[in-house]
Amino acid sequence: MYRAKQPGPDIPLTFAVHTTILRASLLGAIVLLVGCRATPGDRATTPPLRWGGDAEGGAPFVEADPTDPSRVRGFDVEIADLLARGLGRRAQFVQVAWASIAQSVERGDFDIGLSGIEDRPELRERESLTMPYFEFREVLAVRPADRDRFRTLSDLAGRRVATLGSTGAYQLLLDEQARAKVVPVSYDDDVHPYTDLVAGRVDAVLLDHIIAERRLRVLGGFVIQPDPVATGHYVGVLSKGNVALRDSVNAILRDRMRDGSLEKIFRSWDVWDDGQAMYFARVLADTSVGAVRNPSTGATSALSYLPSLLRAAAVTVALSVLSMSLAVAFGTAVAAGRVYGSALVRGFLTVYVEVVRGTPVLLQLFVIYYGLSGVVRLPAFLAAVIGLGLNYAAYESEIYRAALEAIPRSQLEAARTLGLSEGQILRLVRGPQALRLALAPMTNDFVALLKDSSLVSVITVVELTKQTAIYATNVGSWVVPGALCALVYLSLSLPLSRFARRLERRWSIA
Amino acid sequence: MEHRVTARALTVRGLRATRGGTPVLRGVDLDVASGEICALMGVSGAGKSTVLRAVAALEAFSEGTIVVDGFALQPGPVPPESRLRLLRSKVGFVFQAHSLFEHLTVMDNVTLAPIHAQGWTRERARGVAAGLLETLGVAARAGAYPRQLSGGEAQRVAIARALALDPHLLLMDEPTSALDPARRGALGETLADLATQGRGLLIATHDVDFAQDHADRVAVLAGGVLVEHGPAREVLANPTHAATRALLQATNVRAS
Repeated sequence: MYRAKQPGPDIPLTFAVHTTILRASLLGAIVLLVGCRATPGDRATTPPLRWGGDAEGGAPFVEADPTDPSRVRGFDVEIADLLARGLGRRAQFVQVAWASIAQSVERGDFDIGLSGIEDRPELRERESLTMPYFEFREVLAVRPADRDRFRTLSDLAGRRVATLGSTGAYQLLLDEQARAKVVPVSYDDDVHPYTDLVAGRVDAVLLDHIIAERRLRVLGGFVIQPDPVATGHYVGVLSKGNVALRDSVNAILRDRMRDGSLEKIFRSWDVWDDGQAMYFARVLADTSVGAVRNPSTGATSALSYLPSLLRAAAVTVALSVLSMSLAVAFGTAVAAGRVYGSALVRGFLTVYVEVVRGTPVLLQLFVIYYGLSGVVRLPAFLAAVIGLGLNYAAYESEIYRAALEAIPRSQLEAARTLGLSEGQILRLVRGPQALRLALAPMTNDFVALLKDSSLVSVITVVELTKQTAIYATNVGSWVVPGALCALVYLSLSLPLSRFARRLERRWSIA
Repeated sequence: MEHRVTARALTVRGLRATRGGTPVLRGVDLDVASGEICALMGVSGAGKSTVLRAVAALEAFSEGTIVVDGFALQPGPVPPESRLRLLRSKVGFVFQAHSLFEHLTVMDNVTLAPIHAQGWTRERARGVAAGLLETLGVAARAGAYPRQLSGGEAQRVAIARALALDPHLLLMDEPTSALDPARRGALGETLADLATQGRGLLIATHDVDFAQDHADRVAVLAGGVLVEHGPAREVLANPTHAATRALLQATNVRAS
């Protein structure tokens, strides 16, 4: 499960580790202030209980406090305070991207991660997990008209089912892809799956019932099917070796389950129901819950991910080639308009170029995909091609314009004295010469586009980087997926650069 | 080509032009007869290039008339290319830096206008181009790119390109500036051949020796007007105007 967050996994791989460090240190500063204010009476000798969560996730897990945005609130925040008090320490919040919590705790960025983290077998293998403190249900949300049609995943054969990437629900959908023939659609946040459901872009959403119910209250326009598809548990995650703290935390959790403190917290966040009460009763009756056993799945071979990576690479290539074609065609038109057009045309095109260059491509993708969905509902891949294409067209047009203007006047005059028309001069003399000048920066742009195409995962297109992030989350390491992904990108970009250099050499005599 | 054979290749009357607000030409009268080589002389900045560019409709002029082989240009802004089609086939222009199209081979440079501006077939254009390149002694370089040519070769290709449409008037801007003395002689012979074919040649130059050896007539430009003109040998042997004497002097100083 999980909720709104910025596109963490879409940051180019090589920076992933870097970003974690950066975030940890930046937010560490803020958090120090928060922590200090929370328990001013603490002695300096007691180290704080540093806990990691993602405030971008939002309520009821962890969110910025609307009355004081430098603080966080949510049931996970209160559980962290509960644990800290039980340990005689004060809680100190560390902001971390949700998908990176396990890796961040293993690096020692904080003591425990608490942010609606799902209990999953592969996570249990790699890290120390606390006893589950909340039982959630994976529920299907559908449009009211489909209430009787789409009751289970099996009813959704051939249909698009949305969820959050890197979650148990997404894994579930991937598993069901083969069996029930559903089409999983991965989002980077937990808001847009529901808005797209209402808008008709997807046919169902599979997510934690907490999220589904919250979205239903805020957004409406859909129904939640009563029968859960699966159940899961939220746990705290600690580094593999930190068994001692894990055991202390488990003891505290069990006590607070028994004395009703946890129930009180969940009630105050409106997530307590009969199912939860039954779950708590079950846990308290069974003394062995703290050490849940899951069958080991064994090390997943890197090879098994290769087909999906290659498929994702094909998406990246198709996306890049189509976007670049659009960018070249449209960029040429814009450049010609800016060189040859009337003052009105030039002014209009200048505004286009400056607006597109002056705003983030991420924003443009959001606007085209979500912003325009009331007017025209573009399929994700098409929206991605148009978004990237129009964005790069602005950059291409500037390259072409500069190249056109770099052709010496004497060349154009020579062509005029020969009786060639303006159109022929552009086509036969100015254009071809400008193309030779533009080739190097164009190649550069295409290589950049190849990598920028990873941004489109924010509008649900699963391309190479996104697939790598999913893979990395599954195996809990960026090393092998990162290396594989880098290898694929390089094998795409290096031949391109070589081709461009050869063409340039050939043209350097002409 | 059907407009062939008028006695005058070029008639210029009362030509006035300004550049950036300053008058450059203040009333120039100039004739070039068919079969004649006329050297337009003057120091740098005297306005030689402006005359050539006005005749080739590359630059506007404010007053006067220009008539090329029956085609008249009026004062005011340069007309759009669509109205200059006829002029373009009557006037060839060889630029000082020859301005060959860098991305095309020698052959493609010469055939570009015949094929695209005149709609000739490729075979016909290549046939004519091959003949011109042969005549000018650069047939062997037909497949070369401009960057691979020597200065003399590039100039001859530029002449071939300008001649491809068989213009009645050929304009050349400082053709000797990049040539060694031996090449100047060869160029002179080439130009003489072109004149005997009935073409008029107007050559802007400050090269007194070249004008003396190869031009039929000389017109000296100074202060925006023609200060002296007449048969080349006469004018250059007995200059009557200070500007002409200054030109001759500059040449002698350079030679010594």
